[in-house]
Amino acid sequence: MEIIPLGDSALIVRVRDRFEDSPEETLDEVLRTFQQLRSAAIPSVIELAPAYTTVAVFFDPVAVTKVRERPDEVFGWLREQILHVLAAGSDRGKRRKTKRAIRSVEIPICYDPEFAPDLDDVARRAGLSTKEVVDLHSGAEYRVACIGFVPGFPFLTGLPKKLATPRRDTPRKEIPPGSVGIGGAQTGIYPLRSPGGWNLIGRTPLKLFDPTKNPPALLGAGDRVRFRPITREEFAAFAEATAAEDSLKRHVRGK
Amino acid sequence: MSAIVKRAGFLTSVQDLGRTGLRQFGVSTSGALDSFALRVANLLVGNGERAAGLEITLGGLQLRFDDERIVAWCGGEFDVHIGSTALPAGHTAFLRPGEELKFGRPQIGCRCWLAVSGGIDVPLVLGSRSTDLRGNFGGFEGRTLRDGDVIPLGIPRQSPAFAKATVDKQDAPITGISSWTAPHDWASPAKRDPILRFVRGIDSSRFNDVTIQHFASVAFTVSPDSDRMGVRFDSPELQREDNVDLTSEAVAPGTIQVPPSGKPILLLGDCQTIGGYPKIAHVITVDLGIAAQLRAGDHVRFCEVSLSDAHRLLLERERELERFRIGLSLQGS
Repeated sequence: MEIIPLGDSALIVRVRDRFEDSPEETLDEVLRTFQQLRSAAIPSVIELAPAYTTVAVFFDPVAVTKVRERPDEVFGWLREQILHVLAAGSDRGKRRKTKRAIRSVEIPICYDPEFAPDLDDVARRAGLSTKEVVDLHSGAEYRVACIGFVPGFPFLTGLPKKLATPRRDTPRKEIPPGSVGIGGAQTGIYPLRSPGGWNLIGRTPLKLFDPTKNPPALLGAGDRVRFRPITREEFAAFAEATAAEDSLKRHVRGK
Repeated sequence: MSAIVKRAGFLTSVQDLGRTGLRQFGVSTSGALDSFALRVANLLVGNGERAAGLEITLGGLQLRFDDERIVAWCGGEFDVHIGSTALPAGHTAFLRPGEELKFGRPQIGCRCWLAVSGGIDVPLVLGSRSTDLRGNFGGFEGRTLRDGDVIPLGIPRQSPAFAKATVDKQDAPITGISSWTAPHDWASPAKRDPILRFVRGIDSSRFNDVTIQHFASVAFTVSPDSDRMGVRFDSPELQREDNVDLTSEAVAPGTIQVPPSGKPILLLGDCQTIGGYPKIAHVITVDLGIAAQLRAGDHVRFCEVSLSDAHRLLLERERELERFRIGLSLQGS
């Protein structure tokens, strides 16, 4: 493990060097580190952000100098605190040998051609039929390696190797929210209307990001995710229910 | 209790000190790109430092208030007028209902921050009033201002600054502009061909010594393709040791990353929360306000400092701000 400065107001705790070698264990270790640091609530720490092999720690250097007067001790002091928290945490972990429950989320996806402009391409590259692609994609279990790119965008690990497809040469200027894509060895869902270069193979009616909720994102790093194929009709019903909920919320807020 | 936007200008948005705690969900900080400038402007009008103000890019904004307000602004070299009276950066002005505030084009820099007594009273979204222009939420309806918008304002605190300005206005009904001011460096941080100080990047080992020396010695030209997400540079290009994309990890405002093109990008407040390009350097926090003023064609140099110097400079500035805060509270008494 390394602790390295990311500028003067953040640092990175690098838990492992490589992700691909053992994604599951790396994710578990990153999450454990994230949770230990979060519950330790080290003074001056503003927020934490896990991603693949690291946990970033954002802090207020001025607040550190309230504890440690000298500005040349800011990074050293934080480093010490973090090492202390993680050492104590790993002792406790060994004693208890408990595994923290991991959240499981099922996401309905409609793989209808209307929502899947690149499904044929993905199938052709993999040497599979489109039905086989859908079966493989919806049959696998995924984990959220990190949330980023745009608010609420989950990078999912666990894509069956056969489905890995390089990003499109020319990114699309606008991708509708809920679009499910494959980019290299990962799959993900576009939460907002945004540009993007991933191959689109379906769409979910669920909202991946909603700023009126806290937390605003449906998924968090470490979550287990499964996809459930739904029909065009089910998609429409879901979308209608979401719209009704939104208009109710607006109505309540209006009062 | 509101400001009427007669002209929205090139790009004006509601910003406060930004949104924190949601990076793990991919939500960037947003906020005033020069948060220090907004803090100073807020103190000048008697607001709390965290009050929301307006970030004005390249000018063109015309505002009219429907009640009495104190205003102050800090940032690039803009011509700002109340009617025909000039309002320099770092001064406070008392505006009567119906008086109009106009921002011209900047001579140097590209952004400034306007504080209005009472603050911009848009709803808090996820703990902040800042506009997230990528996610289209927060601020005023999640977007930049348009002509004709009516922006809600908060109730001004009966602060010493407010009381003093009221009295000054009665004594000198023609100008209504304070003689006292914020320090020049704070009110007008924009410079022609500035130098930005940096600390070594987390991936600086992925560049050879020649490249790092090159980075710290030549002038970079700002590309027109720059925005609130980041400042892009057209030239010169930096040689990477390898073209391997790294495992994505956190980036922060101030991070300078080098994509395969070799043209560095200096990230600003609306940047993504994670990135996979090697990070050669990080601009130090006290210089982010200068970085926020960069516009197409500007030439920038970078100069390395130690991490403890970066922290010392930040701490010194905070102490000066504390003295300024105390000084302001004495002004009114």
